[in-house]
Amino acid sequence: MCADKKLPKTIEDIEVVVHETDFLIIGAGNAGCFAAIEAKRKNPDLKVTLLEKAHIDRSGCLAAGMDAINTYLKKGKTIEDFIKWSRSQAGGLLREDLAIKVAENLNKPVEEWEEWGLPIKKDEDTEEYANRGKWDITIQGESMKPIIAEKVREYGCEVLNRVVATNYLTKDGRVVGAMGFGVRNGKMYVVKAKATCIATGGAAGLYKPYTNDGSGSHHQLWYCPFNTGAGYAMGIRAGAEMTTFEMRWCATRTKDFNGPIDTISVGYGTPMINAKGEKILQKRYADMGGDAAPRFIRANAPMEEWMEGRGPCFVDTREMSDEDIKQMKTDYLNERPSYVLFLAARGQDLKKEPIEIYGNDPYIVGGHTASGYWLNSEDWSTTIPGLFACGDVAGGVPNKFVGGCAAEGLLAARGAVEYIAKLEDDIEIDESQIEAEKERVYAPLFRMINEGEGIKPKEMEERMQRLMDEYAGGVHQFFRMSEEQLQYALKHIKILQDQVKYLVANDLHELMSAHEVIDRLDVAEVLIYHLMYRKETRWPGWQTRTDYPEKNDQEFDCFVNSRKNPETGKIEVFTREYKQIVPGDRLKPN
Amino acid sequence: MPPKINLTKCDGCKAEEEPLCEQVCPGDLMTLNEDGKAMCRDAGDCWDCMCCTKICPQGAIETRLPYQLGYYPAKLIPRVGTNKIMWTCVDINGKVERFVVKTRND
Ligand SMILES: Cc1cc2nc3c(=O)[nH]c(=O)nc-3n(C[C@H](O)[C@H](O)[C@H](O)COP(=O)(O)OP(=O)(O)OC[C@H]3O[C@@H](n4cnc5c(N)ncnc54)[C@H](O)[C@@H]3O)c2cc1C
Ligand code: SF4
Ligand code: SF4
Repeated sequence: MCADKKLPKTIEDIEVVVHETDFLIIGAGNAGCFAAIEAKRKNPDLKVTLLEKAHIDRSGCLAAGMDAINTYLKKGKTIEDFIKWSRSQAGGLLREDLAIKVAENLNKPVEEWEEWGLPIKKDEDTEEYANRGKWDITIQGESMKPIIAEKVREYGCEVLNRVVATNYLTKDGRVVGAMGFGVRNGKMYVVKAKATCIATGGAAGLYKPYTNDGSGSHHQLWYCPFNTGAGYAMGIRAGAEMTTFEMRWCATRTKDFNGPIDTISVGYGTPMINAKGEKILQKRYADMGGDAAPRFIRANAPMEEWMEGRGPCFVDTREMSDEDIKQMKTDYLNERPSYVLFLAARGQDLKKEPIEIYGNDPYIVGGHTASGYWLNSEDWSTTIPGLFACGDVAGGVPNKFVGGCAAEGLLAARGAVEYIAKLEDDIEIDESQIEAEKERVYAPLFRMINEGEGIKPKEMEERMQRLMDEYAGGVHQFFRMSEEQLQYALKHIKILQDQVKYLVANDLHELMSAHEVIDRLDVAEVLIYHLMYRKETRWPGWQTRTDYPEKNDQEFDCFVNSRKNPETGKIEVFTREYKQIVPGDRLKPN
Repeated sequence: MPPKINLTKCDGCKAEEEPLCEQVCPGDLMTLNEDGKAMCRDAGDCWDCMCCTKICPQGAIETRLPYQLGYYPAKLIPRVGTNKIMWTCVDINGKVERFVVKTRND
């Protein structure tokens, strides 16, 4: 294979490419692309560089497309309405200061996307975007990623495709760029930047998916399996403060395919039923709002039914019209086309057989729940000077989805551009950190060359995924966990972290896989600390403690944050106070 | 699950700097084998996003689901136009459905 020819044989063989830029964005996904464009609009003279592990045209969550934008402020809706809805959906916990600014910027990127070519359906009478639920609009988003990629190029941004970011460059406690390697050419990349924005998405693949049965469905995941938590891991290693990792994204998904469900349930209003044909939300969760119950309740409902012996569960498509079924499949073709193939491969007639649903393997995704970097709402900066964050990797604001992540791209870029304008000094980089990173990054390749054997990335990944699944509340455990189980998981995750020195890689693709597992281990460790700290059950399903089954507002009506102390290597966990801005009962949508 | 490559149809994208399927795969899974034909490095690592299937100029890639998930032989074939895609879907009982999706404003 071509890649092998380019493999460096010794550390001296590695070519180091140095780039200098004003604004570096890591991850050219949804949020990253909007950050790049906004920075150029604010100051066209700035050099803006995007570093992307895949190719900007088809990378991350939007690779296959999208069929809806879940957050858009429609006519008549206010920012206050939005905060109240989002807050109640998240069980009353979100950064209101951040969420308000996201809401203020929510519609702009969507409308621009449309202008640039994205087809969005309009209501024939009102000329407004056609509704799909209260906050959602339907789009025909198959090409939304290529459309935004074209704009990034048009604005004159530099894009480094197929470069995997591995760590930040730092100088006196400041982030001054990043390092990584080219998965196609094997070169090491050092990008020095005045300001850096992390936009690498969330973390999939921490937990074992139930579809992983050894014969080819390892990546049958809802979340993009190529977003592997690199941005979180880089921040953890650099000592950035993280928030709310324990609020995991466990959701109801289509069974076996493990794919999006809103297309059917929100888009076509189909009820969730159990094996007995009972409407689950209306029957058992009426006091929590029935069909409008908070997301974690809806996520957990089918799993509770299974545990009680009333599974399998379904969304009932049997009352849908033929036109609606056809339209629903068309929607899927814009987002996860292979789900249409799945239905065909089951020979399923949706008028006779409803769609089965189940929980997914838990993800850490700050665009859905609130896990990620702790931000300053003035400028979207993280706790490390010079570093900004946006999208699924940024914490504090659940229910961002496509629109909110893009809005954060705008906000982070504005913060970074102002920061750059105030900088006086040029950056001098300590070369020793480049050397140390070179050794760390390429170690699995050289171990293979020198020792001829070791642990394959996949082996380590599977060990980690099983540990997390069984001892840290995975889908096979119906998301439940206890102190002893978490202690067990932590002990073994630490052993694995110590074993990364045995990782081997045969080629550059495997080298990327090796770093994906290394990053996931760092995320998993912090996640376990967060899960242990919250000795209560605030969001059943997302975070179910069998040993502390009740909510404890006295102690835990606050954010749980953490920071890996770079001096001691210890993970320090602490709380931050909840600050309410929008009045009202935080558990009620209005 | 893996894209299935029709080795007769695949020409290795000779005219391109990089084969198109290799260029777009978000998981870095597509590459060329020793004969200059497309291959997927690791079937299990595919997200079946169908980006490779849609971009192949020769129509040489078919997305197949893992047998654990779906039965044989269903098919979903895209025909990509400038502003739309025409999809043909054949289920395991031979039932054919066609869909047209708009991908860009005219
Ligand atoms: C299947 C699916 C369906 C969804 N459906 C909807 C929906 O209908 N409506 C809605 O509003 N939202 C939906 N979402 C959510 C929404 O798409 C995401 O929340 C949002 O787009 C995330 O944006 P992002 O920029 O943070 O991440 P992404 O767009 O995923 O971008 C992250 C980028 O970082 C890159 N990257 C990762 N690691 C590295 C590294 N080490 N070095 C360099 N680059 C790296 C990735 O390749 C990627 O390009 C869905 C998500 C998924 C996965
Ligand atoms: S895009 Fe099609 S023709 Fe080109 S290398 Fe891939 S499979 Fe072959
Ligand atoms: S379907 Fe998607 S993930 Fe799978 S090989 Fe093709 S482009 Fe890659």
